[in-house]
Amino acid sequence: MDAKQMRKNKWQTTIFLILIILITYLSSFITNFNLIESIATIPAAFSWIFSNLLITEESLQKLPQILEKLGETIFMSIAATTLAAVVSLFLAIMGSKTTKVNQTFSVIARFIASFSRNIPVVAWSLILLISFGQNSVTGFLALFVATVGFLTRAFIESVDEANQSSVEALTATGATYFHMISKAVIPQSLPQMLSWILFMIETNIRSATLVGILTGTGIGYMFDLYYKNMNYNLVALITFTIIIAVIAIELVSNKIRRVIL
Amino acid sequence: MSLLKVEGLSKFYDGETKVLKDVDFEVEAGEFLSVIGPSGAGKSTLLRCINRLVEINEGKVIFNGLDVGAMKKKELRQLRTNIGMIFQHYNLVPRLTVIENVLHGRFGYKSTIQGVLGRFTEQEKEQAFYLLEKLGISEHAYKRCDQLSGGQQQRVGICRALIQEPKLILCDEPIASLDPNSSKVIMDYLKSISTEMGITCIVNLHQVEVAKEYASRIIGLKKGEIVFDGPSKLLYGEQIENIYGIESRELITV
Ligand SMILES: Nc1ncnc2c1ncn2[C@@H]1O[C@H](COP(=O)(O)OP(=O)(O)OP(=O)(O)O)[C@@H](O)[C@H]1O
Ligand SMILES: [Mg+2]
Repeated sequence: MDAKQMRKNKWQTTIFLILIILITYLSSFITNFNLIESIATIPAAFSWIFSNLLITEESLQKLPQILEKLGETIFMSIAATTLAAVVSLFLAIMGSKTTKVNQTFSVIARFIASFSRNIPVVAWSLILLISFGQNSVTGFLALFVATVGFLTRAFIESVDEANQSSVEALTATGATYFHMISKAVIPQSLPQMLSWILFMIETNIRSATLVGILTGTGIGYMFDLYYKNMNYNLVALITFTIIIAVIAIELVSNKIRRVIL
Repeated sequence: MSLLKVEGLSKFYDGETKVLKDVDFEVEAGEFLSVIGPSGAGKSTLLRCINRLVEINEGKVIFNGLDVGAMKKKELRQLRTNIGMIFQHYNLVPRLTVIENVLHGRFGYKSTIQGVLGRFTEQEKEQAFYLLEKLGISEHAYKRCDQLSGGQQQRVGICRALIQEPKLILCDEPIASLDPNSSKVIMDYLKSISTEMGITCIVNLHQVEVAKEYASRIIGLKKGEIVFDGPSKLLYGEQIENIYGIESRELITV
């Protein structure tokens, strides 16, 4: 890179910075967002949190019920994720360029994956609410559909990158399609797939809370209920248990990952 | 009758460029043949047409009297059990053990159910150990393949091909990823397979010197056409230049 080129790059950076500043000003002007004012409210927000979001002895009495709902939410996430994983495995094998049976199936599988992935889980719950109403089936389906999208894509990548060469070798020995899938592709990709499944379980436990608020189920529903009743002590307790659960699940799955990878 | 006969073979991946142009040659049983040529000449494609890992566009490949291009699924499987293949990057399943990878070579003889359940006979397992012993890697039988060196992995690849009990072995640059010592070990094994077991070998190689040392016959491929076909001792200076182009002479001979 010579001096002229460097000067040019410097100019580009400056222009880029100015542009960003302009865009920021413009958008805050349009949305009536005042940076200074919002920063000024931060101390007040924190003092509100510390004076209201307290776990009291009284709220602890509700703990068994909270844990029950939390358990419900966790199991729903795990169930939705594992079921989605089975469907995704099938779609990924259809969709991957190394293991596809034919072009049409491959395109269909990839389309299903990107369609369900590109609609966020919250949007899925709202869509499904219309047809299934406020119950746990809606929440389950919303998590399931979004997870299928994500996992199919992740699985396709695992299958593609790990197996091209051994698939070629097994084809050359005269192995059948199912020999290849069961004895080369799955053994090679399984650890990575399990890792993605664990990741999705973690993610889904977080999303399940949000989905629960919309569909009126699980821990999300409880959160919503006490929040609207302004029982902030219970809200604090619920939040706390969710955080603990998420951390615990993450620790467990990290441990599993270390063993399988 | 020759074991393999290639007649007027042409191949194109896309509509325009022909990767192989009207290739003709015959291979007798027991021959040790090397295919050389610059990168992109079509050596890998040629091997893959023989066991139909890629479709044949024009011309014929006759193996053991049967037309490979016209084979249906079942016949094609049977053809492939008769043709072993060895790859530059070994193409093993890295997470599986050596012995599992060797036994993969038996899938051609198995029904889908037998294969999926992993039903191998005692005889097949004994044969697998015998081959590992023969190639000097039996102590690694239960190790995962990704823990082996390149040379050792290639020997696993050879075992996987041999357990097929093939009539022909296709080797696509078997030593291109190996150091000189391991290369020599692998080439010596391939040579002994052909002399002791009478298995025909077609070996794609980058190194002219290695081809001249091991092969009894060499085919030179250039831009998809055969420009040399004859005994390896008749391949020298001028023909090598012709195959690789004049500019690369220094690169080849040093
Ligand atoms: N699957 C494919 N799709 C499209 N083009 C291909 C494919 N495989 C090979 N080709 C093209 O065909 C030509 C010959 O490739 P081939 O791999 O047979 O050459 P090669 O002689 O084996 O080269 P190398 O020494 O680099 O391995 C190249 O131009 C390559 O780009
Ligand atoms: Mg090649």
